[in-house]
Amino acid sequence: MSALGRIVRSGVARKRVQTLVLTLTTMLAVTASVLAAGLVVASQGPFDHAFGRQHGAHLTARFDGGRATPEQLAATVHAPGVTAASGPFAVVTLRPSFTVDGDTPSAPPMTIAGRADPHGTVDSMDLLEGRWATARGEIVLDGDHGAPVPIGEKVTFPEAPGRPTLRVVGRARSIGRSADAWVVPAQAAALTTHPEYEVLYRFKDAATGAQIKADRAAIAAAAPRGSLTGAGSYLEIRHAAQRETATFVPFIVAFGVLALAMSVLTIGVVVNAAVAAATHRIGVLKSLGFTPSQVVTGYVGKALIPAAIGTALGVVFGNVLAVPAMSEQGRAYQTGSRSIAPWIDVAVAAAALAAVAFTALLPALRAGRLRAAEAIAIGRAPRPGRGRAVRRLLGRLPLPRALSLGLAAPFARPARSVAMGLALMLGTAAVAFGTGLALSLNAIQDGLNKDTPGTVVAHTFGRTQFQGPPPQNSGPQNGAPPQNGAPPQNGGPNPLPNGSQPPGGSGSGSGRDPRLPQAADPAAVARTIAAQAGTRRYFGMSTAEVGVAGLTRAATLIAYTGDASWGSFQLVSGRWFKGEGEAVAPSGLLKAAGARVGDTLTLTNAGRTARVRIVGEVLLLREDGMDVLTDTASLTPLRMNLDPGMTEFEIDLKDGTDAHAYATALDGALQKIGASAERTNRQLSATVIAMDGLAGMLTALLVAVAGLGVLNTVVLDTRERVHDLGVLKALGMAPRQVVSMIITTVGLVGLCFAAAGIPLGIAIHAAVLPLMGKAAGTGIPEADLAVYHVPQLAVLLLGGVLIAVAGALLPAGWAARTRTSTALRTE
Amino acid sequence: MIEIRAVTKSYDGRPALDDLTLSVAAGEALAVLGASGSGKSTLLNLVAGLDRPTGGTVTVAGTRVDDLSETALARYRRARVGMVFQFFNLLDDLTVLDNVLLPAQLSRTPRRAARDRAEELLGKLGVLRHARAFPGRLSGGERQRVAVARALMNRPPLLLADEPTGALDTASAADVRDLLAELNAEGQTMLLVTHDTALAAACATRTIELADGRVTRMVTR
Repeated sequence: MSALGRIVRSGVARKRVQTLVLTLTTMLAVTASVLAAGLVVASQGPFDHAFGRQHGAHLTARFDGGRATPEQLAATVHAPGVTAASGPFAVVTLRPSFTVDGDTPSAPPMTIAGRADPHGTVDSMDLLEGRWATARGEIVLDGDHGAPVPIGEKVTFPEAPGRPTLRVVGRARSIGRSADAWVVPAQAAALTTHPEYEVLYRFKDAATGAQIKADRAAIAAAAPRGSLTGAGSYLEIRHAAQRETATFVPFIVAFGVLALAMSVLTIGVVVNAAVAAATHRIGVLKSLGFTPSQVVTGYVGKALIPAAIGTALGVVFGNVLAVPAMSEQGRAYQTGSRSIAPWIDVAVAAAALAAVAFTALLPALRAGRLRAAEAIAIGRAPRPGRGRAVRRLLGRLPLPRALSLGLAAPFARPARSVAMGLALMLGTAAVAFGTGLALSLNAIQDGLNKDTPGTVVAHTFGRTQFQGPPPQNSGPQNGAPPQNGAPPQNGGPNPLPNGSQPPGGSGSGSGRDPRLPQAADPAAVARTIAAQAGTRRYFGMSTAEVGVAGLTRAATLIAYTGDASWGSFQLVSGRWFKGEGEAVAPSGLLKAAGARVGDTLTLTNAGRTARVRIVGEVLLLREDGMDVLTDTASLTPLRMNLDPGMTEFEIDLKDGTDAHAYATALDGALQKIGASAERTNRQLSATVIAMDGLAGMLTALLVAVAGLGVLNTVVLDTRERVHDLGVLKALGMAPRQVVSMIITTVGLVGLCFAAAGIPLGIAIHAAVLPLMGKAAGTGIPEADLAVYHVPQLAVLLLGGVLIAVAGALLPAGWAARTRTSTALRTE
Repeated sequence: MIEIRAVTKSYDGRPALDDLTLSVAAGEALAVLGASGSGKSTLLNLVAGLDRPTGGTVTVAGTRVDDLSETALARYRRARVGMVFQFFNLLDDLTVLDNVLLPAQLSRTPRRAARDRAEELLGKLGVLRHARAFPGRLSGGERQRVAVARALMNRPPLLLADEPTGALDTASAADVRDLLAELNAEGQTMLLVTHDTALAAACATRTIELADGRVTRMVTR
């Protein structure tokens, strides 16, 4: 090994703390950077790749077949801006009926398009399995969103003429979700007497919502007047597809930036300190014949070796941590890629090593420029006295001398103290941000759990019928079988809150599949709940699909019966509805409908309309937030037959009531009428858990690096001051006083910079959470953002000081144990 | 004042002190002479409680120094001994006055009393005018005077000096010699480790010479 190699190797091996600090800081920065870059790229990648490959439709337009002929619609391809089009395809929306594993679940209506071929100039679909439909009686289902019917099984459409039953022959994927199922054109024509048509367009300019809006207007103008009934933009589908991964990006980027700043800072401090501490050594090396470039190479090498190890570890950790966030996308697009793209690993590693090399280069160049005699002289001369005035001032304070000496110490090396303080500030900011993030996510989770606000929930199904999650929570497609409930069984007083009608209690009774199990009468369920000892209050929630004027897709209607204000969703803005004619909606629906709080929405059902004024924006993410929440009374004009099978009751208990005993007793009573009850089972969102875990891990890593930065600085300081420590000990300073002095030094720095780090962390939180909300397609309630209160702030401040103290304990103990006679010999 | 009984001190198996037995009475000034590596500094360190013997006992003013915990040793050094070093060992970042005040501050001596004592000592040693200066601006002799003032701050019964004239020019060395002789004349017990035979002759009431950790010669004045 060359002389230079030996010098570098011995430097890395001898300075273990510095090596460890460099390794860990680089590892953290690379971990966070790989995660951030990987997720940013992944959130864009799969959808765009699949969309480009399939020539996905920028706009999926629906036309009224009564107002436009296929020929007229085909002519719209010449509208301004259109570069390609497929269609028109006849489409019909029907509710399917099928049996899976002996169960006949309720399924939402599906859009069926008549296409002879899965390919085309626009929306060239992937056939995932089976084959394309080639004859009447066959159907191909959407691979992601279609009904879960296996190939070879059958699907019946009871609402279509002749109740046709079609055999599933394949599964396909349309990236633009142009339909839920496809049949041959002749079959599509046979499924309805009033066909609609669908045309799929690609445009020259379709990158923004405004451009898509302009394109839509061009199509509307080109088509027969009033024939365009709705249009869906690919941007919404793209946004939904990227949502989950994109939600991770803002906070990981924030941690990544913090980690990068800490890394640059720590590496700078470490290498600078190494040069400062080894000035004499550099002089000796030069006097032995080392050239300036060899000195520079040596110091850069000392930084690069641990940095390379840290980089390799960081790449591994980054890839491991990315798995939970990326696996969903990998499944959704069958990209097979559930990990970071290799080029990101390479790029981040190269960038990290370049950053380390550059950071190390400046002090290394300084070392290289030192003249041998000068270096030897500087290495031995007493360091210039800084902070003497502060020392003198603090010496006059009525404090134990060990403490006043400790308080003055940071001023002797102000630049190093500031660098250590900045590392502490960033560490505290990370803790403040991470804590706030966890508190906000938990608050948001609590808010999302408001879809089951009661302690106990009652279903209109008995145990034998109810197999899955509560129908209310899982959406109409996974819930109980649809049916129309019977009218109240007795003539007793209406037990429902506010004397309102029971949800779903007045159905028409038509069109019900006789094979489906019977749901209990909601009114009877309500009476049973009211009669149960321990019931404090309750309300009913019924779910149905409803049209909203201005939207191309149906919204989920949640109709409340009774006073639901105690179990209302968190409000992003506005207030909860107070009665008939008022409604609240999540951000998703408001955005899709272009509505705001204060606007009026028109709900539609079977040609009837009901107008509701939006009085609040609620936090609700399921079904892309496409919900309308209102009082059952608001639906009177729609004459909707709310399905008793889609109704549940949320129950709040009187203080002191044993929830388990109550649920058991109520369940026993409800079983007699074919209903059931259970304790609310609130499940934490897997995304929230993943975010909490990731944020916790990144916070812990940043705290560890901040602590190591302190440790490294105190080790350097202690080594430099070992002779002074020896003198103090010779004069009678006890080990405990030595520890107190050093802890006081870092405690002061920790306190000052932690105090600055907390507002920084809060500012990052205030900036990142709304971005995460935006990525998730929702506003964030103010209450979920305002998570920092005095006790939390006090704990965070204490936390910052603790990081500093923890980092200083080891070298302080070392200083206290150093033999005085040895220290005194150190000149 | 000092009772050293059969003390051995080894470093990596090599004896620095070899079965040394020695006594110093109160008011006595003992000069320890010897070549480099003879064990002089080791002896001083053991008496100061800066190091522990491998065998034997060290008793100073009735206290078994070799038996004390680190904290008790710190208290011992504060109260029982004052130390003067070859290179002064003044803290560069503290003023002369703050350096001298340090032992009193570590002992929690009342501020007023400590300040009065420090000024008294600095005055007596002729460096009061430098009280607000930093040590780096003082001559070697002045620095050593400040170091002596600091060593005497807590009125220790024993003053230990390790080559107190070793880093001084001739004039300053003579100055320090006179100062130490004067202190001993006032009754201050001293243990001086030195190469400087002139110092030993001027200050010591008794001189011993060490070689290979053993006393090879003893001269009582």
